[in-house]
Amino acid sequence: MTEHSLHRRRFLLGGAAAGAGVLLSACTSNEAPASDASANVANAGSDTKPGKPVNIGFSAPAADHGWMAAMTKNARAQAEKFSEVKLDATEGTNDVNQQISQVETLINAKVDVLVILPFDGKALTATGQQAMDAGIPVINLDRVFDTPLAYRTWIGGDNYRMGVNAGDYIAAQLKAKNVANPVIGEVAGIDSLPLTQERSKGFKDALARHGFAVGPRVSAQFTPESGEQQTSNLLQSAAKLDALWNHDDDQGVGVVAAIDNAGRKEFLMVGGAGSRNAMDLIKADSGPLKATVLYSPSMASTAISLARLLGQEKGVGDFAEHEIPAEITTYSAVVTKENVAQYLDVGFDS
Amino acid sequence: MAEPAPHQEDAKQKRFRFTADPRLLGLVGVLVLLCVIGQLTRPDQFFTEGNLSTILRLAAAIGVVSVGVTFVIIAGGIDLSVGSIVALSSVWLTTLATQSYGPFVMVVCGLVVGAVCGLINGVLVAYGKVVPFIATLAMYVAARGLAERISGRRTQVVSDAGFLDFFRGDLLGIPVLIWMFALVFVVGWVLLNRTTFGRRTFAVGGNAEASRLAGINVKRHTALVYAVAGLCCGIAALMVVARTTAGASTNGMLYELDAIAAVVIGGTLLTGGRGSLSGTLIGVLIFTVLSNIFTLNNLDTDIQNIAKGVIIVLAALLQFRSRKKTRTSS
Repeated sequence: MTEHSLHRRRFLLGGAAAGAGVLLSACTSNEAPASDASANVANAGSDTKPGKPVNIGFSAPAADHGWMAAMTKNARAQAEKFSEVKLDATEGTNDVNQQISQVETLINAKVDVLVILPFDGKALTATGQQAMDAGIPVINLDRVFDTPLAYRTWIGGDNYRMGVNAGDYIAAQLKAKNVANPVIGEVAGIDSLPLTQERSKGFKDALARHGFAVGPRVSAQFTPESGEQQTSNLLQSAAKLDALWNHDDDQGVGVVAAIDNAGRKEFLMVGGAGSRNAMDLIKADSGPLKATVLYSPSMASTAISLARLLGQEKGVGDFAEHEIPAEITTYSAVVTKENVAQYLDVGFDS
Repeated sequence: MAEPAPHQEDAKQKRFRFTADPRLLGLVGVLVLLCVIGQLTRPDQFFTEGNLSTILRLAAAIGVVSVGVTFVIIAGGIDLSVGSIVALSSVWLTTLATQSYGPFVMVVCGLVVGAVCGLINGVLVAYGKVVPFIATLAMYVAARGLAERISGRRTQVVSDAGFLDFFRGDLLGIPVLIWMFALVFVVGWVLLNRTTFGRRTFAVGGNAEASRLAGINVKRHTALVYAVAGLCCGIAALMVVARTTAGASTNGMLYELDAIAAVVIGGTLLTGGRGSLSGTLIGVLIFTVLSNIFTLNNLDTDIQNIAKGVIIVLAALLQFRSRKKTRTSS
């Protein structure tokens, strides 16, 4: 190869690389949609006046999907609402061992209140108890510890009732249409998690009460891709469906895509958790998605509000008690076309 | 093309008599057996046009990735980063900025990001002398992290109708995704079995030192092979986005293991130098059909994973036995 052509080649390569670089940098900017800016914040009961400073420690699993990301985002947004609250949020992790050491660090830093969303409630119980023993009240978020000794207050969703409400809604719709022997499908989340098992049990029990049963059932991984794959197969297995419940609106993006791809329209679909995307689809009423049962990450906002009240030793407005309650379970409301406007504010970006 | 003699022999056998390969016949047997089971258990559904199309569309993305991984493994390497590269490419091509420039930019972005990631792997391995396992492990972690950063861990739904209409649509009655899968496979097969690039890939994987002495630019070739794998990931990302209508940092989870399993089942040696794309294709189809049968019969996924494990072991045993046989017969 001559010196000349080598130079030319290098020049061409360099040009191509530079071009690719420009193209890539043009493609990375990702302005957040307007809706993204408004993370969920709760009203702080009756008492929003700044009180004494509170330092809240926060630890949660990795924000690797929409719902979990919304939990952390909501917690941060809520903390920013109060000038006297300082939030020490650790980086989310799905390694139980690492989460334990994160919480231990927060205990050593002597935060006033701890908000812990454990990756695995059982595995974090001892650490929660350690904090309580050190005099730091713990708010246990969502995945519950093994013993009340490990938390001052638990706030979380109701997985069983989520299934029940989905089942009840579907049964009511099918009865209204006079469908006999309906085929009811289920796209579950990660099957090994207790929360998935509770959701499925609630669904099964509710359907049984109406004389129905779950037909084809698959379990996905809470991701759009797994939702799409599992649903594609499920739709093949059931030539005719009357209803379908999908546990999670994140994987629901894929579930809806699979239904769309298969060109199926004969059934009604119910989602789970309450993403903004799902609510938009319900509002538009253009596809099979007719409802979603809430399991809202707004509970993270509430948890921070409660942590502040705990730190300031205040009660909750409208409660006769002087103390905040020991357990709060959020309600899995059924969001339909009729009431979706009322719930859009808790819809999270999946 | 001067190449080490024993490998040339191998490559020749692969190239011209691949249908007669006993390992491949065994695999085809397994696939046929699975299809028979599928047909017996769900005669109303299994051999319908809809189901076969579903199977192929499900196999498409992982199939394309596996084609790339086959090249890397034949060249004596390993690529653990393919799933993360799929995630990164898919997220990159679905960012709002990319979407606002239209489908063409989306496609180019997906492909370029994939190829560049692959090339980085290749350069690290070939010129940086980093062990492939480590280099691609680093990419596995870093690319997924970057995907999470870019997407903010949100699922980025594609609003560009042009992109979705094309990739989700049909061409001559066959889904575009299946065309893409077929195209990647055919191009890959020709590249591997009918070109200098392919012969060099076998040679480099068989004996890198001998290849270097024979005048092959081993470093450059190794880098290019990883780039090919990366490009395949970019193509797979397009497919995943088309199917799910969204880019997400969770896309492509465990693709590296599925692809390696398919490649190994397909008879490609993990030590490099020998292998076939036809085997990989059948490996991918075996897993997809298996999962399809399980869902058609409403069975638990846990048992499906056990069955997958059994199939991998059986295929490895089969491979080992027939390898011994060919060795004694030649």
